[in-house]
Amino acid sequence: MELTRRNAMAMGAGALLIAGLPVRLSAAGEDAIAAFTGGAEVGTGDVRLIAPEIAENGNTVPIEVGSDTASEILVLAMGNPTPGVATFKFGPLSGSRTASARIRLAGTQDVVAIAKLQDGTFVQASSTIKVTIGGCGG
Amino acid sequence: MADDVKPRVKVPKSAAVGEKIVVKTLISHKMESGQRKDADGNVIARSIINRFTCDFNGENVVDVKMEAAISTNPYFEFEAMVPEAGEFKFTWYDDDGSVYEDTKTIAIA
Repeated sequence: MELTRRNAMAMGAGALLIAGLPVRLSAAGEDAIAAFTGGAEVGTGDVRLIAPEIAENGNTVPIEVGSDTASEILVLAMGNPTPGVATFKFGPLSGSRTASARIRLAGTQDVVAIAKLQDGTFVQASSTIKVTIGGCGG
Repeated sequence: MADDVKPRVKVPKSAAVGEKIVVKTLISHKMESGQRKDADGNVIARSIINRFTCDFNGENVVDVKMEAAISTNPYFEFEAMVPEAGEFKFTWYDDDGSVYEDTKTIAIA
């Protein structure tokens, strides 16, 4: 292929498209956060996210979320095709506001836990998990 | 789908009044995410369990909204407060409308 002006433009557009992709994916995550918090500010504080640093198999990654005063905890995988993972609502008989589950991750990415505390404020914790084999089945 | 789904729940047989016990639940389900494609390149439709709840004597312990990123054979572990002897009721809601249930009784030691 000759390097003409037209080809150079096409390549530039392609590169932009690829670079733009992760931005679009995390935008879906931002939307999910906004839907959960109603646009309120998200601080840091009473929320824990326990996750492995490296997950060999993205199909089943054990995570644990917890908080002392949360009424709800939202878990998001920011790099998945659909960022939503789960929303835990703790009822009056929950012994402690912790729960563990196994989740799927498409690749190395940030997992975010956002807790709605009893006083109505939101706090978040995040953790980067390295995934050796992604869990979306190609 | 509804035939090979089997819930398994682990709850202690007895507890002291007000004790916090650990509950472990697992249900066999393929949790098809809606992202995979078959050999012909067609997307396999999403088929997951989208909600799990645990109640004790009618009062809620935990209510989990599940999405496609929950692994095959969804596993949850959480703590529950036991104020009296009674029955835990576990309910899973499938995308196809099926509801799977399991119950466990607990005595006061």
